[in-house]
Amino acid sequence: MRNIITIVRKEFAQFFRDKANIRMLLVMPVIQLLILPLAADYEVKNIKLALIDHDHSPGVNQMIQKITSSGYIHLVAYESDYKDALRLFEQDKADIMIEVPPQFEENLIRNNEASISVSVNAVNGARASIGGQYLQKILQDYNMDIRLKWIQFPRFNPIPLVQVESAYWFNPHMNYKQFMVPGILVILLTMVGANMSALNFVKEKELGTIEQINVSPIQKHEFIIGKLIPFWIMGQVVLSIGLLIAYLVYGVVPVGNIGLIYLFSSFYLLVVLAFGLLISTFVQTQQQTMLVSFFFMMIFILLSGLYTMIDSMPAWAQMITKLDPIAYFVRVNRMVIMKGSGLSDILPDIGIMICMASALISWAVWNYHKRS
Amino acid sequence: MNPDNIIKVEKLTKRFGEFVAVDQISMDVGRGQIFGFLGANGAGKTTAIKMLSGLLQPTAGKAMVNGFDVYTEPEKIKRNIGYMSQRFSLYDDLTVVENMKFYGGIYGLNNKELKIKTEEIIQLLHIGDFKDKLVRSLPLGWKQKLAFSISILHNPPLVFLDEPTGGVDPITRREFWELITQSANGGMTVFVTTHYMDEAEYCDIVSIMVDGRIEAMGSTRELKTKYKAEDMESVFVTLARKSKRANQE
Repeated sequence: MRNIITIVRKEFAQFFRDKANIRMLLVMPVIQLLILPLAADYEVKNIKLALIDHDHSPGVNQMIQKITSSGYIHLVAYESDYKDALRLFEQDKADIMIEVPPQFEENLIRNNEASISVSVNAVNGARASIGGQYLQKILQDYNMDIRLKWIQFPRFNPIPLVQVESAYWFNPHMNYKQFMVPGILVILLTMVGANMSALNFVKEKELGTIEQINVSPIQKHEFIIGKLIPFWIMGQVVLSIGLLIAYLVYGVVPVGNIGLIYLFSSFYLLVVLAFGLLISTFVQTQQQTMLVSFFFMMIFILLSGLYTMIDSMPAWAQMITKLDPIAYFVRVNRMVIMKGSGLSDILPDIGIMICMASALISWAVWNYHKRS
Repeated sequence: MNPDNIIKVEKLTKRFGEFVAVDQISMDVGRGQIFGFLGANGAGKTTAIKMLSGLLQPTAGKAMVNGFDVYTEPEKIKRNIGYMSQRFSLYDDLTVVENMKFYGGIYGLNNKELKIKTEEIIQLLHIGDFKDKLVRSLPLGWKQKLAFSISILHNPPLVFLDEPTGGVDPITRREFWELITQSANGGMTVFVTTHYMDEAEYCDIVSIMVDGRIEAMGSTRELKTKYKAEDMESVFVTLARKSKRANQE
């Protein structure tokens, strides 16, 4: 026990000696939380529309006005030749192309029917499908408008009678920041935790001080636990800073008990720190550490469900997410912050964290040899 | 073989794959001796020291250090030795006193003992003005003397010094050897490697290692007579000339 305290004291002394560490601990979470949620935006905006108008009628103008008044779609080109518009499309200067045939308005009035052709640039599938949906919805509204305006004596009601009204739970305004901020908080904690612990240990290898530790009577588990504790405390500090920013900047206030977040992060940090230490027992230099940890971070983050839904991943990928600690905390954090889930809801996840932490710490202790 | 010898080694061998780093070395080191372990770079000195201090598992042979077996009781050995490695191993981003507190702590010194020891070292090395300075800022010679003092902070019966005077100026080297001699006079056994032959004169017994083997062992006087040489330098050159490893380079 005394040995552990000795190591903890030494780690803190070293940590606070280097001003760069303090900057990393305080400034990095602030900047990341300020920038990432704004960039990781699911909403599709600034859709560029190219119009090919063969009709040149007031009806077309009305339609375009309706489309662009939403603010999501901007008219970037007004062409009379299909080829010109296609070129813009190919150069990615336009996302959607609408071709209005001659006699569009005339047909609409005379025959109660007119068609236009819509083409969507689907290089970015998500953007295309959401943009296409926006456009369709707007055109439906436009349809409705002209029917109401022009069909004076309906013999039957052309408007469908079933109206769907949706209610959005837990995030009534569908504010994506409410969704992203809790997730990004987790990523932050993970990056800081895993990298700090891995680099710290490898630095002792690089400097050769590890040899002096190895030749001392200190026990392996004492050394590893002594290394974990300081970073565990710093992780909680980062989490607190993150929660504060989430509240101050994005107005995110946990619906559930904030203590549950700390309870979960207590175990989660052990997993992350132990993972960092484990990496460091396999590598020799800080450079290797960064490469290996970057590799795992990429996989863990992409599979975590932060940006994409785990439910829509293929079955094998879903299996892998079961081994991804980030996925658990992202989910738990969203549950507690957005839905106000209680202890009983997250208890199974806590159990899994405890298992992962025990396994990783044991592995790290086992793989760290005082004697080669 | 004197049973009271602190180091007893018989045909100790370390192989790394095909390469035999240490080839069946045997030696006995008595308590309170300064044992000089001489050899060219790459002769296997560091490997031998690492095996004796429990850092490296030997391939074959027997070795007892302070009564403990290097195969089965390396952790007990570690409690009873001091070790100063070739690479500087104090934390250079900690102060002099912080380093002492850390190493004192992991060797189980209590606060009172630690305080006395710290005072003692500061007095001995005259570093009162530097005790709260970062180790990084000290000159190399001072760092080395400090590293030595810290490696024997816990008063071990035996200390291993692996090229402690590498890269240090002659005056500091002499001061360093005064520290070593002082410790040996206090009853501590000192096992030291070096390739400065003038330093061999400070040792009670020297062994000269060539290509992983111990080619000669005895007091400097004995060796000089045996090889009809004026100084240890000539003895060493005579023996080291046979080295295959050095000639390959």
